[in-house]
Amino acid sequence: MSNIMDFDRIEKRAKRNTLVRNIVVYGLLAVWALVVLFPFYWMLLTSVKTQGSYASEIVPKLFTMSPTMENYFAVFTEADLGRYFFNTIVFTVLTTAAMLVVTVLAAFAFARLDFPGKNLAFVLFLALMMIPNELVIITNFVTMKTAKLDNTFLGLILPSVSSVFYIYLLKENFAQIPDELYYAAKVDATSDLKYLGKVMVPICRPTIVTILILKVIECWNSYVWPRLITDDPKMYLVSGGIQNIRESGYGRDNIPAMMAAVVAVSVPLILLFLIFHKKIMAGVARGGVKG
Amino acid sequence: MENKSWKGWLYLLPAILFLGVFMVYPLMDVFIYSFEEGYNSASQTFYGVGTYNYEFVLHDPYFLQAVQNTFILVAITVPLSTILALAISLGISSIPKLKELFQTVFFLPYVTNTLAVGLVFMYLFDATDVTPGLINVILGIFGMEPIDFIDGPYWAKMLVLCLYTVWIVLPFKILVLTSALASVDETYYKAARMDGTSKWRIFRKVTLPMISPTMFYLIITGFIGAFKAYSDAVALFGENLNVAEMNTIVGYVYDMLYGDSGGYPSFASAAAIILFVIVLTITCINLLVSKKKVHY
Repeated sequence: MSNIMDFDRIEKRAKRNTLVRNIVVYGLLAVWALVVLFPFYWMLLTSVKTQGSYASEIVPKLFTMSPTMENYFAVFTEADLGRYFFNTIVFTVLTTAAMLVVTVLAAFAFARLDFPGKNLAFVLFLALMMIPNELVIITNFVTMKTAKLDNTFLGLILPSVSSVFYIYLLKENFAQIPDELYYAAKVDATSDLKYLGKVMVPICRPTIVTILILKVIECWNSYVWPRLITDDPKMYLVSGGIQNIRESGYGRDNIPAMMAAVVAVSVPLILLFLIFHKKIMAGVARGGVKG
Repeated sequence: MENKSWKGWLYLLPAILFLGVFMVYPLMDVFIYSFEEGYNSASQTFYGVGTYNYEFVLHDPYFLQAVQNTFILVAITVPLSTILALAISLGISSIPKLKELFQTVFFLPYVTNTLAVGLVFMYLFDATDVTPGLINVILGIFGMEPIDFIDGPYWAKMLVLCLYTVWIVLPFKILVLTSALASVDETYYKAARMDGTSKWRIFRKVTLPMISPTMFYLIITGFIGAFKAYSDAVALFGENLNVAEMNTIVGYVYDMLYGDSGGYPSFASAAAIILFVIVLTITCINLLVSKKKVHY
């Protein structure tokens, strides 16, 4: 009898302990979620305050009753944000497209074709993954400057195209496609290129989409190379543009407008993330490193 | 069935061209630059060959400042972010519901523009004519004097830089660790619980060994990433990092290339190679330690 009582008591206590532990864990996780989300909330909030009301708040208010869009107009008209957006979109689209062509062709060669020296070539490709960008960027800078490609889209794009990791990722995926499909296509006298476009690419679409999204994020956020190769503000991308607006004195004078610029720059990527968060996280977890 | 043909190389050609011109050639060239003394980028001439560039860089106070900053940043942010990421991932994996929501929210900083969000951090810590900044207002509630985080004492600036760096690098670590924790076989835990093993002991004897390869992967990539810190500092303190005393080694390399202080690819190359040697040494030490500690 008393044994059963004990058992009940132990079970109750265990349940209570689990409950307490869960509450504590949820609480701590919620605190960290707040730390992560607060900067986003704050930039959004500040961007809709008027300059006057922001400047008069000794203790910054955490909400506003009279949101305004005027900062967004201001930063697109007074600063050159529209131009930076245009540059970044052109840069992102062209770089990503070029990367896709180069990557698909190379991955196809490694996964499907047989040619002399293939294994050695693949090992050398993989070895390139270990080369830090900081080492090669110096010569690239000198090369592009000598070729008079500074302050041009070509100068921005060319060194940003190649990506060994994506070739590796796609090659692994291509290699999973059964050989029989290839032989069947060969019997029907399908060319390699046609087989690649009509069979392999559609089958591996999820991986290709993941690569595209990761490359777009990388391009949108890239700062170091664009800053090196462009010193004409007309050619700045959004990262350099934000920095330029800030250093021009605008950042200190009109913080709400500055925050409107930050929101405008962040929104496209946050939207992309909300739509594709599963793909992005799966892709990064497989070894993507921040670009 | 297939005959070996050279056609494969044709498909590889674009990749080889891009990688050859922008990775392989520069890699060899950077070593040459670093030993060419008095290189002039306008006329592409140099006086001689030797180690002067290295000597110059190693005696440059700005470089030494950058090395000091980078090492402090690495020493603080790598352990802090790894432990925090582990704690948060353990939290996520222990809760019954909302796992995915938390995972997604915590990953958000990864996709944001470092320069743009850094500006938000700057304003949160920065004082203007009217307000001492939100962080100082909060500190004031606890009776602390306002601190000038952005233009003030060295330790305050370093603190902000470390906090922002941790905020930026955590998403990747949390993501990788939660996937590692989720892939630990449930039967190990069941067996341990059967034997009445305490929670702390299960963590130390089961969880930690099972995720140790991931932990070491994160520590190694964490070191490499932290040594290359740069844009976080620019976001907080502006482009003139030497004046702010907040420059990093990578920042020093770029300063040698562009702007008012630029035009010295030889010095930049020497500094980049020194950085590379440091990172390589640390990575080798990490690998040696991991051979002893990691259970594969």
